[in-house]
This record gives sequence, C-alpha cells and structure tokens, in this order.
Amino acid sequence: MKTAIPDSTVDDPRVRPELILGGNDFTTVTDKVAGLMERPRPPRAWYIAFAVSLALTGVLVAMIGYLVLTGVGVWGLNNPVGWGFDITNFVFWVGIGHAGTLISAILFLFRQKWRTSINRFAEAMTIFAVVCAGLFPAIHVGRIWLAWWLFPLPNQQQVWPNFRSPLLWDVFAVSSYMFVSLMFWYMGMIPDLATLRDRAKTKVRQIVYGIFSLGWRGSNRQWHRYERAYLLLAALATPLVVSVHSVVSFDFAASQLPGWHTTVFPPYFVAGAIFSGFAMVMMLIIPARQYFGLKDIVTMRHLDNMSKIILATGSMVGFAYAIEFFMAWYSGNPYEMFTFLNRAMGPYSWAYWIMVSCNVLTPQLFWFKKLRGSIPVLFVASILINVGMWFERFVIIVTSLSRDFLPGSWLSYTPTYVEILTFAGSFGLFFTLFLLFVRYLPMVAMAEVKSVMPQAHLEEGIHKGLGDYWGDMPQQHGEKGGHHRGGKS
Amino acid sequence: MTAAQKHSGTPVQGAAPVPDTGVFGLLAEFQTVPQLMAAAEKVRDAGYIHWDSHTPFPVHGLSDAMGLKPTRLPYVVLAGGLIGGAVGLLMQWWMNAIDYPLVISGKPLFSIPANIPVMFELTVLCAAIGAFLGMLVMNGLPALYHPLLTNDRFRRATADRFFISIEADDPKFDAEGTAGFLRSLGSSAVEEVRG
Repeated sequence: MKTAIPDSTVDDPRVRPELILGGNDFTTVTDKVAGLMERPRPPRAWYIAFAVSLALTGVLVAMIGYLVLTGVGVWGLNNPVGWGFDITNFVFWVGIGHAGTLISAILFLFRQKWRTSINRFAEAMTIFAVVCAGLFPAIHVGRIWLAWWLFPLPNQQQVWPNFRSPLLWDVFAVSSYMFVSLMFWYMGMIPDLATLRDRAKTKVRQIVYGIFSLGWRGSNRQWHRYERAYLLLAALATPLVVSVHSVVSFDFAASQLPGWHTTVFPPYFVAGAIFSGFAMVMMLIIPARQYFGLKDIVTMRHLDNMSKIILATGSMVGFAYAIEFFMAWYSGNPYEMFTFLNRAMGPYSWAYWIMVSCNVLTPQLFWFKKLRGSIPVLFVASILINVGMWFERFVIIVTSLSRDFLPGSWLSYTPTYVEILTFAGSFGLFFTLFLLFVRYLPMVAMAEVKSVMPQAHLEEGIHKGLGDYWGDMPQQHGEKGGHHRGGKS
Repeated sequence: MTAAQKHSGTPVQGAAPVPDTGVFGLLAEFQTVPQLMAAAEKVRDAGYIHWDSHTPFPVHGLSDAMGLKPTRLPYVVLAGGLIGGAVGLLMQWWMNAIDYPLVISGKPLFSIPANIPVMFELTVLCAAIGAFLGMLVMNGLPALYHPLLTNDRFRRATADRFFISIEADDPKFDAEGTAGFLRSLGSSAVEEVRG
C-alpha cells in the first residue's frame, strides 16, 4: 500500500490516472468521510467560522428588516439606476450555483469520473448559492409582502402575470432550478445518509439519518432504478442550467438599453457563470480538503482539472468582452459605441478594469502546470475571479443604466451601507449553510467515489455486462492501463 | 443449518417490535465485487425470483448478472415532461389570452415564441419530479422498516460488504438447501433474517 500521495497530474495518454489515491479501499473511504460527521465536536476553526458566519447572517436579517420597515429608499438606487447591488448580487449568486450543476450533471453525462470526489460539495454550493440569489429579487420589489405576485396565483386584482416578460421567465427558471437542484442533491445523498444511519452510535443520529435515508437498503433492484433516475435527472439538469443563465441574461438582452441589448448575452452569461462557479468550488474545496484530511480523495488532479475549466471558461469570457467592443464598433450605432467607451474610460472605469484584470488576466496563469499545482496560486486566483465576476455584473448593470440615451437622464449610483452590509450578510448566510452542511451531511459522495475505485470492477476477462461503463478503468495502475472498451449505459 | 441459525439476526436498532411472522429469508455476505457478481449469476440461473443483491454503490453489470429487466422509469419521466409542457403552455394561453387578455406592445395575445421559456422550465421541472418521485415509489421508498435492516451484519451493506438476500416466500426457497447453495457460492457468512 502506498503511503505518500503520488502525483496523479501526469498526463500520459496510455495510462489512466488513479482517481482516488493513498491506497484507500471501501472501508477507509467510508471511515474517512463518515468519520468527519461522527466526531463528537468539529475543530475549533469550524466554531470560529460558524460564529462569524452566523453574525453576518444576523447582519443580513437586520438589514432586510430595516429595508422592509423603511422602504427601498434605504438603498442608493435612483431613477435611471433602478438596479444596483440587488440585481448584481442576484446574478452573481445564481452564476456561482451553475458550477455545481455543471459538475454534477454535465460532467456526469460526459463520463468524467473524477467529478465524483467533488460533486456533492459543488451541488451543496449550488443550493446555498441559489438560496442567496433568490433572496435579492424578493427583497428588491419594494413591498416585499406582495412578492407572491411574481407567481401566477389568483390575487385580489384578478390580473395574471405577464408571460411575455423575461422577468417572469426568470421566476420560473430560478425556481425550477432550485427544485431540480434540490432533488438531484438529495437523491444523490440518500445512499450516503443510509451509510450514516447504519454507522450511527446514538439514538438521535439513528432516527434522523434513518428518516432522511428513507429506508435505503442498497438493493440492486433499487440501484437499478436509482441509476436510471440519476442519469435522467442529469440529462434534464443539463439543458436546465444552460437555460437558467440564458433567461437571466434575457432580463438584460430583451431590453432596449445600450450595453444590454446584445445577442451574445446568453452564451456569455453561461460561460461566466461556470467560470465564477468553478472559482467558488475551488475556493471552498482548498481549505476543506486541507482541514478535513481529504487530500487523497480530492487530489491535485481534481484541482488541476478545475483550473483547466476555469482557464477555458475565463478565456471565453474574455473573448465575449472583446466581441462586445467589436460589435459596438461594427454596429455603427453611436449609443452602443459610447456605452462601451464609457465602460472602459468613464466614471466606472475602475470597476471595468478590476473586472478585466481579474477575469481575463488571472485565469491565464493556469496555462502553466507549475502554477496549476500551487495551492496558494489556485486559492488567490479563485478569490480574484469571484471578485472579478461580481464586478462584471456590476459593470453591466450600473454603467448601462447610469448612462442611457439622453444625457439629461444620466445619474450616478453609489451604494449605501445597507446595500453593502446586505451583500456581506448574504455571504454569512451562504457560509452558515455551508458549515452546517460539512458538519452534518456527507460532503463527499461516498457511494459514487467507491464506484470509481479499481476494487469496484471485475478483473479482466470475467463478466463485462451491459451498462459497465466504468469497465475501462485499469485494474493495476500502469500495467493494464489505457485499454478501451466501448461501454454502453 | 444450525450454524447459520446461531447467527440469526435479531432486531437491534430501535425499531418498534414487530410480530414474529417467521423467517424473512437468508442473507449471504460476500467480500468482493467479483464474488458477488459470480454468485448473482448462479442465483439467477438457479431460478430464484424473490431475491436481491445489496451493495454499497451501484455495481455495473450486476443488473444483468441478476437478470433484471430495464426499468419503466423513463416512461414516468416522459409523462412528467409532457404534463409539465402542456400545463405550461395551456396556463399561459388561458391566463394571458382568455381569462384576462393582456395586450403588451401590440403583440398577439398568444404566440408560441414568447411562451417557450416558461413551458420549457415547467417541462424540465415536472420531468425531474417524475424521475425523483417515480424512482422512490417504484423502489418502495420511503420504507421506515425492513427486516433486513434489523440484521447487524447488514449494516455494512452501505459501507464495504456485498450481500445477496433470498426471501422465504420464493417458490424455490428451502431453508436448508438454499443456505447450502449460498455457502457453495463462496459466501463468507450466511444468516437467517427474521421479520
């Protein structure tokens, strides 16, 4: 058995790298992951982080309370700039969520087995990010006790919502996304909750995990349907996630405003969402694998792969920035040209250049293998990318609104402390939920990780059944590696 | 048979006491995936019907080794999607064109392109609900009690061991013979489960 963690980031096409390192078997993977939830108390760092997050959540509640009791005047919004921090935060958080679905659904359809180590984590991030995202449209409507008018429910005015409005599409897209992500996440967790139930030492854990694992017995007749359901959910979530950020971009693209009225918005927004989401996964998983001893499950190769996706999507975003400028010039439309010159050189140019340097320049570091292998570089870069992606939404929203067609209606926007604290508070809510997740729920999908380990497969020459798409895993690293078998699902 | 009965499972988890209806069946433990797979093929070929394999993760190829038919779940998902799409389209038509006609920018009261996004989202949502609930219902979940869950050894079925259970109501079940058969397949432990 290996003791030191070998380097699995070598790209030799003849050899499939091992996904799980450190000589783990089914028993050690279960002990390692389930053990994290079974410790009598978490490390001190968890308590400190939880206290800070909870305090920030308290700030969020206080700020929302102040907003509701006083009115939207406590924010810095004004007549041309009707969207500011609120919608910036909404788009930012929805975008963060998209990486979770990409990892859990799209990489699943592409048979990217390395996803199993990080998908639970990323899906949890999706759910919590969408919770934070949903908050902002709800509180920005002014009289938030009437926010239910967003849904097609009978109300005293006897008018139904306008289904031609992209804002209503957004309501449907984000709520469907929330529900589907929640089902996907929970369904994936049922077998792992059963593991925790079966290992439970206390009555409370036995009952709680027992209820939430729904009586799962790991029966193959159950797995048989479970896997089909999982595949179908992945196939459904894939177009869903693309549609969600496309619809979010319609909120802008379907308007007439220069800088918003662009056909490139849907793909540009989707790429940006995946870009920022992967950066967020990276930012969360680096400390998690460090503090929870998961380095041989979430290996350097996982980080390496993620940084390559960040590089690819970051370059797409950079390309979209360039295309926007090109289209502004090529359109010959003076309003369009002004908008983009104003973005780069106008009063908000500082935000624009933060956006460009964080989103376009930072990921270019990941061309170099040495930098992809450096934890500090990855961590700092992932933070910078998140900063940059927040500014991207801020630039799109505020520069276009504050400088529209008529100079007479121009006005600048400065956020108030309430908006800034609400944004900070949303991070508190996100991290509070996340810390509860790593404390009480299996943060690595144990069952899925086991299914990509070499011990999960038959030896050469015995049965290779229909559906054995894991069958091309090498039995012994480096010996029989690289053989391909056309598998069907 | 006595050796197996010695290990016979007794309710250990805090489950409510159940009336002793006799033997639920036999539970055989296997250490590795290849052993389980080979054994499952033999159990299938021996003609058992009411039996199952239990694994901590989905073992690919095991459904074939057990001779399971493809699941009908995709039809449930299709039905969910069709219902979602139809409801989505009809809802928009009825609400914006019939019940309270809204004239927006002089556009027609009802036109498919403007109604695609909501219809699409509801299609996906209802199909996903179909997949999730369909999987649970067809799998008989949630089930708060099952005789196998009273067996101590079976706790490792969700961690690192592989099991085959043959139920007593199988027409071919015979306490002695079936236990001997399971042992001959290389099982590391065969136990009787009551429930």
